[in-house]
Amino acid sequence: MLNLTPLNQTHRDMGAKMVDFGGWEMPLHYGSQIEEHHQVRRDAGMFDVSHMRVVDVEGAQARAFLRILLANNVDRLTLPGKALYSCLLHEDGGVLDDLIVYFLREDWFRIVVNAATADQDIAWMLQQRAARAAGLKITPRPDLAMIAVQGPNARAKVWQALPGSQASSQALGLFQALPLPPWFIARTGYTGEDGFEIILPAPDAPALWLALAAAGVKPVGLGARDTLRLEAGMNLYGQDMDEATSPLEAGLAWTVDLDSPRDFIGKAALLAHPPQRQLVGLLLEQGGVLRAHQSVHSAQGDGEITSGSFSPTLNLSIALARVPLGVRPGATIEVEIRGKRLPAKVVKYPFVRHGKPCYGEN
Amino acid sequence: MTIPADLKYTASHEWVRREDDGSVTVGITDFAQQLLGDLVYVEPPEAGRKLAAAEECAVVESVKSASDVYAPLAGEVTAANEELSGAPQLINQDAYGAWIFRLAPDNPADFDTLLDAAAYQAVVDAEAH
Repeated sequence: MLNLTPLNQTHRDMGAKMVDFGGWEMPLHYGSQIEEHHQVRRDAGMFDVSHMRVVDVEGAQARAFLRILLANNVDRLTLPGKALYSCLLHEDGGVLDDLIVYFLREDWFRIVVNAATADQDIAWMLQQRAARAAGLKITPRPDLAMIAVQGPNARAKVWQALPGSQASSQALGLFQALPLPPWFIARTGYTGEDGFEIILPAPDAPALWLALAAAGVKPVGLGARDTLRLEAGMNLYGQDMDEATSPLEAGLAWTVDLDSPRDFIGKAALLAHPPQRQLVGLLLEQGGVLRAHQSVHSAQGDGEITSGSFSPTLNLSIALARVPLGVRPGATIEVEIRGKRLPAKVVKYPFVRHGKPCYGEN
Repeated sequence: MTIPADLKYTASHEWVRREDDGSVTVGITDFAQQLLGDLVYVEPPEAGRKLAAAEECAVVESVKSASDVYAPLAGEVTAANEELSGAPQLINQDAYGAWIFRLAPDNPADFDTLLDAAAYQAVVDAEAH
């Protein structure tokens, strides 16, 4: 029995091809995932991300608890509504999940975690609370749905669909959120485009989706979600990193605060084990598709593609790959595709920004 | 999802049309393109290549996965559809118009052993369950 989001019937009514995504029935596309990808880069598209899990952390010890729980430093969050992208690490430095944490009040932080890892993340947080912060309130919120509206015209179309929303949300900066009880609007996303992620009570989700559709926002499925995030150089938990991966070998060193004196779970392990590998971008400059788990061969040794797909914006195949340190942007390495070795160029990612190529070759 | 009555088919989802000169034109069916999703790359066989029946001879790749295309009959490849290299999605838009390759069969009578539309419909029905 698959889990259903509050928008399940709405997706079916719109002609979605539904698939099993980690135990959830989700829309893969509504006709053409490539068209949906272009719509987000050029205009506005919306995603049902209600399978992800909101967790509220409340109480006087909230900040102190998150200071030790998360690899990134919540002390950077002082402006109300400001958000931070962080990894949740195990004591051995392996990544349990990646997540976004929003600072709302000193006694209220909101976290959004991945669907597939939500149960384990919550169990881990409760375990850590028992040891460190008894009395802290940790509340998973399966009663909430989430719709991400992304694209250059996304915010304008949200304001069109929700009369009155512009006045309060227009001043939101990037990576900042605003509670509008019982709703919550965040200027965050997973596509590299501007836009809002709207968290709201589950029963309200279908009406919002239809209002956004009436304002010209196109429904976008998981297929395009993956090609968009890959172009934007954003990691996917379970592919680019997992419990056996250090964030330092997953291109996430920038999210791990090792410089301040703050202790956090996993810090000692990361300091004791400097990275031996790095995550790089790859471009296939000929026909074909780079895919996860394909082996790569470089002058510095072998590696593996962690995420690969087709980039509709660049019209060629792109990938992230874990390779030895010493592999440099601009170098050519070989990828094994269906038994043949094809040359691929190493680049600095992200691959696309503001709808244009932006990868670095040196 | 369409299955034109005037074509023949294979159980591996190729369609086959006999031309006036005895050659056959081959592509993949509407059912196949729907399963694959948006196509981003097609690698047809090279002209002159000799194929055995059911031999892997072409690749169609969607964002989701790569799929092999199989020779419906033994014969020699006479042409590949050049249009597909710049526009693989033509197959998604018009599976029966966007042919992949042409073949001169070793034995023209083999064409009659292929599945007709009703038999292919049965293949599709079986796969949908």
